[in-house]
Amino acid sequence: MIIGIKDALKLAGISVIACCAVFVCTIFLNYNIDIAAMKNEITTAGGMAMYNAIVSTGKVTAAVSGGCLAMTSAVMLLFYVKNYIDTHGKELGILKALGYSNINIAKHFWAFGMSVFAGCFLGYVLATLYLPTFYELQNADRLFPEIRPHFHPILAFLLVCLPAIIFAILAVIYACLRLKSPVLDLLKERREYKQKTAKRERESPDLPFIKDLKRSTVRGRKSLVFFIAFSAFCFSAMLQMSVSMIDLSSKEMAVMVLAIGLILAFVTLILSLSSVVKGNAKTIAMMQVFGYKHSDCAKATLGGYRPFAYLGFALGTVYQYALLKIMVSAVFADVENMPEYGFDFWACVVALILFELAYEAAMCGYSLRIKKLPVKGVMME
Amino acid sequence: MIKVSNITKSYGTGGSKNQVLKGISMQISDGDFTVILGASGSGKSTLLNVVSGLERPDGGSVVYDECDITKLSDSELTKFRKDNIGFIFQQYYLLPNMTVEKNVRMGADLAENREYRETVAAVGLRDKSKKFPGELSGGEQQRVAVARALAKKPKVLFLDEPTGALDEQTGRQVLDYINKLHNEFGFTVVMVTHNQNIAEMASTVVKMNSGKISEIYANDRQKTAYEIGW
Repeated sequence: MIIGIKDALKLAGISVIACCAVFVCTIFLNYNIDIAAMKNEITTAGGMAMYNAIVSTGKVTAAVSGGCLAMTSAVMLLFYVKNYIDTHGKELGILKALGYSNINIAKHFWAFGMSVFAGCFLGYVLATLYLPTFYELQNADRLFPEIRPHFHPILAFLLVCLPAIIFAILAVIYACLRLKSPVLDLLKERREYKQKTAKRERESPDLPFIKDLKRSTVRGRKSLVFFIAFSAFCFSAMLQMSVSMIDLSSKEMAVMVLAIGLILAFVTLILSLSSVVKGNAKTIAMMQVFGYKHSDCAKATLGGYRPFAYLGFALGTVYQYALLKIMVSAVFADVENMPEYGFDFWACVVALILFELAYEAAMCGYSLRIKKLPVKGVMME
Repeated sequence: MIKVSNITKSYGTGGSKNQVLKGISMQISDGDFTVILGASGSGKSTLLNVVSGLERPDGGSVVYDECDITKLSDSELTKFRKDNIGFIFQQYYLLPNMTVEKNVRMGADLAENREYRETVAAVGLRDKSKKFPGELSGGEQQRVAVARALAKKPKVLFLDEPTGALDEQTGRQVLDYINKLHNEFGFTVVMVTHNQNIAEMASTVVKMNSGKISEIYANDRQKTAYEIGW
């Protein structure tokens, strides 16, 4: 079984998400550990209130961001394991036909966990480099004694080694389950089509072909619905949150939040749309052979995801509002001079316009890619 | 009338350049059943791709009545295929997550053909219209491909080794459907095959060898799918 450079590159999305998650968790948790050692030296009531607020913020941010991103990485990992088995069915089928057991083949999927390790390691290193600046920002008002960043091996283990081990085990278990397909199904690359989906497809109303294909494409790859919605969610939540951060925290924090949001949004969107186009290459090629315009091909394959992208955007708006409202009204309630937080309507409008521009530009780019698909090459694959 | 004049086509560059078509010229009359016969590597599939507008030649022209398709832009060529051409391939290329009926609708919608269910029935698959391609035999899948191609009411139907992946009985059955539908609707058929026996079903046979036409002849009597050898 060979995991080539192309396959490894596809896992870059997981690495990026893992990197962002570990970056955020490292800076907040490292700070929490270091500041805890200084707790007894804080003498003022204002300082204590700030200390409690900062510790709570660190915990909430690490739990929410780390949790969400870990879950997304897990979904993405499973998606790529499935995708690898689907696209390398013949090779895997031959191995099974020769007598290799499922676990013998599946154990090689541990390599997928390396993408998590690479991302976590990078995130940890970047966070370590950023820690001095972060510590300075957190203590800008000099409410606490000066704190220097310390290295905590337990944090390095929990945020770098442990996720890599867990994700490698997850990849092997999931691969083992997927490889339970009969040898002939793998060799002939017959996709498993769930009874429920098949029944729904059979009973679906009589729609024009393009509309039908649009629905069928979305139904056939539900995980991509999640990724596209997640991409919009990140864009919406992080962009709006970064605007609020200027008042609530600092410009540096705003830039950090914005950068993480945009990286997550674009990496996820690009990987999702690439998967949609690649996964439907044969259908698109056949449509072009029959004389469908490339705009129809794009509409049929990419158009179905648009509603989910906007749903993701709406959820992101609600999420960032709820999170900041809770932070300001509950966590920072006792802190003096804390500014009021309200829903920023104009930030939402600007974020929506920017999102529309970015999303439609991506759609245009992928529509052009569809136009350039080599029909003969795809059909000969 | 399709008039093919001095078509050349090469793949690769420099030392690895391989000329697949070496100045092919021929004519195909409207309603004709033409078979392009040749061994593997003779250039017959490339010729089919060029004549049908799937590939552009390096030189020469392919004229349908007054229209030289080698001069058309990509979007004009797409529209040309939409209005005139139907395809059937050896590998079927059906959409795996859509039912038989919906696969056929892929072709039907292009011609605004609302009677596509009749086409499904015409290839004997009325009972299986709600099945998925994966639930059908190879012969049935190829019949879906036939229905899909015919549902768009093409003026010319191109077939690239349509029975190449089928056993004798199923192959004869598929050819019989194609023959009957050709007689009924009168479209032009251009079929590529390496099977000499299938060529006996054609009105015109174009024999190819090493990128050139070695012989063109007309059959005195077109045999049916059940009369030919296999």
